[in-house]
Parts: sequence; structure tokens; C-alpha cells
Amino acid sequence: MTATHALPPQAAATRNGTPPWPVEKIAVLDLHKSFGSIEVLKGISFTANQGDVVAILGSSGSGKSTLLRCVNFLETPDAGEIIVCGENVRMRRRRDGRQAPADPAQLTRVRTRASMVFQSFNLWPHMTILENVIEAPVHVQRRPRKDCIEEAEALLDKVGLAAKRHEYPAVLSGGQQQRAAIARALASHPEVLLFDEPTSALDPELVGEVLKVMRALAEEGRTMLVVTHEMGFARHVSTRSLFLHQGRVEEEGASAEMFAHPRTDRFRQFIQRSQS
Amino acid sequence: MDLSFMQATLLTLLGGLPLTLHLTASSILLGGAGALVLALMRTSGIVLLSAPARAYVFVFRGTPLLIQLFMIYYGLGQFRPALQDLGLWSFFRDPYFCAVLAMAMNTAAYSSEIIRGGLASVPPGALEAASACGMRPLMRLRRIVLPLAIRQALPAYGNELVLMAKATSLASTITLMEVTGLAGKMIAQTYRAVEIFACAGLIYLALTLILTRAVLLLEWWLSPRRPRRQPAPPTICTTGEPA
Repeated sequence: MTATHALPPQAAATRNGTPPWPVEKIAVLDLHKSFGSIEVLKGISFTANQGDVVAILGSSGSGKSTLLRCVNFLETPDAGEIIVCGENVRMRRRRDGRQAPADPAQLTRVRTRASMVFQSFNLWPHMTILENVIEAPVHVQRRPRKDCIEEAEALLDKVGLAAKRHEYPAVLSGGQQQRAAIARALASHPEVLLFDEPTSALDPELVGEVLKVMRALAEEGRTMLVVTHEMGFARHVSTRSLFLHQGRVEEEGASAEMFAHPRTDRFRQFIQRSQS
Repeated sequence: MDLSFMQATLLTLLGGLPLTLHLTASSILLGGAGALVLALMRTSGIVLLSAPARAYVFVFRGTPLLIQLFMIYYGLGQFRPALQDLGLWSFFRDPYFCAVLAMAMNTAAYSSEIIRGGLASVPPGALEAASACGMRPLMRLRRIVLPLAIRQALPAYGNELVLMAKATSLASTITLMEVTGLAGKMIAQTYRAVEIFACAGLIYLALTLILTRAVLLLEWWLSPRRPRRQPAPPTICTTGEPA
């Protein structure tokens, strides 16, 4: 890996071990979210400290993707608090009774600190890979273009795509697109990385290359929330796991402990089902 | 067929080409801006904006351009005192202004539907990724939505441009001496309709050819699969490429 200089200072400080004291990066308090009459999240609370790699697990419909999308405010929670890097995102009530983020500048700030990687990559098809990676740093964060390009090239090198930087997304394989999307997420110097089922849209033989990049990020001490069906990743790479069932946290704890000794029947069954 | 007569005709008719081009360019620019505003109103999801846009498109797409032209040029003449009070009469008594206004309003209606189609084709994921990295709505529109929507709308919009170039011939009915107006005047003097209209048609044909080529060029230029620079020489990758 050649990307030491591409790391934000916070992560660099913690590269060679856990931070001396826990630094809270994400705190979610009693989060509720409904779509129409269906309540998807029924009061979820959890925290993630710096360096935590939190696997968010659960069967489909358990609300895990919605939870992750709330942290980035792609979904607006109905009630509850979300604190990203110490910043409590203020909400206002709209005329139709729903909530919306109150301060656009704060929303932009928070979204820059917590970068998202999507299931379906969502690269911008009209830009080359390099242009995709420098888009947010140049236009949202207004950093000098030249620096951004240098840094983007280092990031693309890190995910093994240096040779593809002038290609458009359409000519890349799914695995390459997802690695490019990870480089794009890293480009805005996030303090937290959010992964929304990053390998679920990939052909089985391409899953490995993406997981390898994610594992490398985890080993750097990055703070990550990962919604995933990859039980291997949850068990061996993530430090903590959060098992959701029907919009509630059914079980949570250190991953090694949870997988070795599941406390709830539902989580035990979930592990057994995903092994067969 | 009298070749020397046709040559002379062609030269005379070419005198009307600048006016034809002016009419085309002005109405396309004004109409294009109007179309963008209408399309954004229509897709805003706010009834107060989308309903007027819908009504506008219904009216201007549903009535002939010639009637719209006459309504503006002849019809507004009935309200001359009111327009004079507003200081607008100097515009509305000018046939050039009336022609541009009628054509721009007409093409705005058609083009807004074309752009709306382009906007609908923008993948939702591209929008989400833009929001997720902190883009505000206006920047999202400028950097992500419009480039994708316009590229998608371009072939259909090229069609509309050709229609507008040819629709400028209607301006001859309100005294403007563009190509068709000049042709009509010459026919009244010589009664040689076939040669003169053939020459006029030829000019429109050439104009259309240039327009369609230009749109094709733009399409090619905006196509995402063309590498912009020479691909870089392969560098050593630190993580494995798929074999």
C-alpha cells in the first residue's frame, strides 16, 4: 500500500494500534423511520468509536440499509438523534409534518465526513474514473484541483486502478467500479466510511477484490459501518457487529464473541442459515 | 429549366439567409432557456410550479405555430393603447420580435418535453451519490443532472432544431423578407414558382444538413466512452487486477 500520505491525520495517528481512548464518531439515539404506514426502524441506538469496523447484519427487510442511509441523511429520520463526528445534525419540521435537515451547510459538512459506498456503485457515467474521484474534493470542498488530482491518483493506485483512471465507468467490471467508488469515497477525507452492501451486486468471482480493499482499509484503522451479507467479513474483519431484526437491535457486541457465542436464538439461526 | 436564372435566384434568395439564421438562432436560444425552466418546473414536484408548466405545454403544443404567430403580431395590435402605456408597443409592432417570440414560445413547449425525458433518464443512483458526497441541489443540477440529461435529450432535440430552422419560413407571412419571403416576392414578379421554390428548398436543405451534422458532432463529443486523453502507460498495481 502506498497511500500513507493520502490518509487524513486522524486515521494516520491511529494506524499502528487502537487510539489511547475511545473517540466517538457515530452516535445514533432512538432512531425511528417509517415509510408510509410501515415502521422500518423502531428505535435504534448504537455508537461507533474511532477505528471501529461495525458490521450491520440482518435479514432483508430488517432495516439495516435504511439505518445506514439515515446516517448519511439520504433518508431523513422521523425521530431520534444522529451525531456524526460530534456534530448533532439539527432538524426542522416541514409543513407536511416530516423532518428535514435544518442547515444545508451542516448537512454538507456531515456528509463530507461520512462518505458512502453504494451497492450499485453509482459512479457518474459522464465522467472518467479520475474525474469521479476528484469531483467532490474540487467542487464540494473547493480544494486546489492539482492537489486533488495527485491525491486521486494515489488513491486509485491504492485500489489497483491507476491504469484505468482515464476510462469511463461503463467499460469497467463491477469489481473495478466498486473499487473506484471506494476511492471516490476516500477522496473527500472522510472520518467514517459507510458501505451499503458493497459486494451484493457483484459476480461471485469479483467479490474478493472489493473485500480485499475493504480489509486493507479496516487494517488502517478506519472507522467503517458496513451493511453486508458477507459473513466472513463480519466475523473476521469487523470489530463489532450489530444484528437487526424487524427494525430493532436484536444483538450487538464484539464480532468474535458474537459469532462464537450468539446470545439470541435469532442470531444463532441467522448464522446457521448463512453458513448453509 | 433556366440555369442562369436559377443561379441569379439562388444569389437573391441567399440575401434572405442572414435573417433566417437570426430568426433560427434567437428563437432556439430563447426557446431553449424557456424549455429548461419549464422542464425544471414540471419535474419540481411542486404543484404550484408544475401545473402552470403543464398548462403552458398543453396550449402551445396543441395550437398551430401560425396561429400563435398571428395572435402575437395581429392580435396584440388590438391592445395597442395598453401596450403603449406599458412601453411594450415598440416590441410588438416589430414583426421580427413577434416572430422570435412566437417561435421561442412554441419551441420552449416542445423542447421542455424533450428535456423532461432527458431528466427522467438520469439514473437515481447518480443523484444519490451526488447528494451523499455533500452536493447541494443547484450544484447537483449543474454538475450531474444536466450533463446527463442533455446528452440523453440531444438526438430528439436535434430534431426540434431542424423543425425550428424550417419554421422560420412562417415569418414570411408577417412581412419578414427571409428566404421564403424573398422567394414569394420573386414569384409574384416572375411567376416561375418551380425554379424559385426549388432554390429556396435547396437553401433550407443545406441549412438542415449543417444543423444535423453539428448535433451529431456534439453527440459524439459528449459521448462518455471516448477516452479523453491517451490512456496512461500501465503502472504497477499494488492490489490485484482480476486475472
